[in-house]
Amino acid sequence: MSTEARPMPASLATAAELRRRRIGRRRLLNQGLIYGVATLLALWVLLPIYLITVSSFSPRDVIFDYPKSLIPQEVSADSILFFANSTGVIPALWRSVQVALVALVLSLLIGAPAGYALARYAFRGRNAFRLLIVSTKAFPIVILSIPLAVAFIQAGIYDSIWSVALMHTALALPFTVLITSSVFVSVPRELEEAAQTLGCTPLRAFLKVSLPLALPGLAAAAIFTFVLSWNEVFAAVILTLRERTLPALVLSVLTQSPLPFRFAAAFFMLAPSLIVIFFIRRYLIGLWGRVIK
Amino acid sequence: MRARGLGWAPYVLLVPSLVYMAIFFAAPMIQSFGLAFQDSTGAWSTASIERMLNDAQFSRALLTTVTLLVLIIPIQFVLAMGMALIINARLKGSGLWLYVFALPLGVSELAAGIIWFSIFTERGWLNTFLGGLGILERPYVFLNPQEPFWLIFAIVLAESWRATAIIMIILVAGLQSIPRDYLEAADVFGASTWQKIRRVILPLLRPALQTALILRTILAFQVFATVIAIAGRGLTVLAAEAYRWYGDLRDTNVAASYAGLILLLSVMATILYLWLLPTREERLA
Repeated sequence: MSTEARPMPASLATAAELRRRRIGRRRLLNQGLIYGVATLLALWVLLPIYLITVSSFSPRDVIFDYPKSLIPQEVSADSILFFANSTGVIPALWRSVQVALVALVLSLLIGAPAGYALARYAFRGRNAFRLLIVSTKAFPIVILSIPLAVAFIQAGIYDSIWSVALMHTALALPFTVLITSSVFVSVPRELEEAAQTLGCTPLRAFLKVSLPLALPGLAAAAIFTFVLSWNEVFAAVILTLRERTLPALVLSVLTQSPLPFRFAAAFFMLAPSLIVIFFIRRYLIGLWGRVIK
Repeated sequence: MRARGLGWAPYVLLVPSLVYMAIFFAAPMIQSFGLAFQDSTGAWSTASIERMLNDAQFSRALLTTVTLLVLIIPIQFVLAMGMALIINARLKGSGLWLYVFALPLGVSELAAGIIWFSIFTERGWLNTFLGGLGILERPYVFLNPQEPFWLIFAIVLAESWRATAIIMIILVAGLQSIPRDYLEAADVFGASTWQKIRRVILPLLRPALQTALILRTILAFQVFATVIAIAGRGLTVLAAEAYRWYGDLRDTNVAASYAGLILLLSVMATILYLWLLPTREERLA
């Protein structure tokens, strides 16, 4: 049998060639279009962040300049320091960190066991519990804050970091349960069972085998809680009066404060979250995306 | 299964979160309605709800909230869909694109509001830009309580900028669950990009779209800090009214009435979406 390709009739060859070129060109055009749109969307996201960064690193008097210059003429920490030295900012910042840490620890301590149960056991009421958690995840903060304020006044913990931290724990809890559950699903149970056949107690098998493997995922869950708490303002402003967290303080004085204060405040609140999102970017889709739906 | 010997174990593990949810979710929710149906002396009545309904700000707040929601959600879904399709196309450096698109996920409502305030303020970036192009001779006062159009415009942009990331993340997760074979099959049959989106991707993305819509709508009913940062007292929304009645006017009962109203609207919207956009399992059920 001849393996030699029979020469194609000339007209057919050019037609096929043309078609291939057309498809090639269309694909190239498509690719170019996708990169173009992607760049535009990236600019839409990045430009406002760039602008606020320029504003907050301009000297205070430059902030009032008009027209503004896209490339900063002078970089200075003047506005940032002005904000940081304003009354109450540093204590509020410290409170925000404390609230976020308490919420992070509490939500993991309370939520992770439930996440583990959902991942590892088939038990009656499992679906009902899952449904309950799913239905509370998009809960209006506004609804919970006002009655909780009344309850916290009665309990004597109103206007403290505890009132805000307890509220933020409640907001983070459904997410923590769902995220930790998907983390534990991804850790093979066979490993834990193998440890048990080798003489570990169930608790020891969990602590020595599953927990270390689940740690990065659990850290991601904890970071979600931190960002949620760090950014949350409605509950914080309702549940405090003098013991404001940073966003609550900024919100309550916002309309009376000068522009450098506002811009530096926005940058202060923005910066930690941007860094944190960078560290958990690999988990965004796998945990957050799948869990929310 | 090894777990059989420990039949009680899962329940013990659930107890802490169930107790916490009962105290911090169920109880406040019930109490919220309790407070709404009491007057300021604590007697049962509809006085607080009537006070809310008859307040001059009430209809303005409701109208603004709904207007914002109706404008923001379609913009966000188009943007989020674009971003999600780009991520799914696996461009070079797709991790970087994802990080950039997801950045606003970590930005608070308040910070986003201030950022867009800095753009729209009189000596701000937008005026600089329009002046530079020669469109404006003098800076224009966009954020002026007399001009709700520009206030709403700025808030719509700020919220679309901030909260698109969460929808994108949900959609990307949804897209990743669509088998590649389906799209390749569509390619074999010569489907255009638009046909693939319309006939293959969108129908399969329905559950993700439904979730994202529900989540985004519930959050839109609570829009708060963005409005205050951009419009000050120039515009009001439902959550801002709840805050005003609680903080400035010290009337917890009217504030709770607003909270109850937001809950009611959220539940109604959720039911509406479940009914309008049933996913396959729901349609079979």
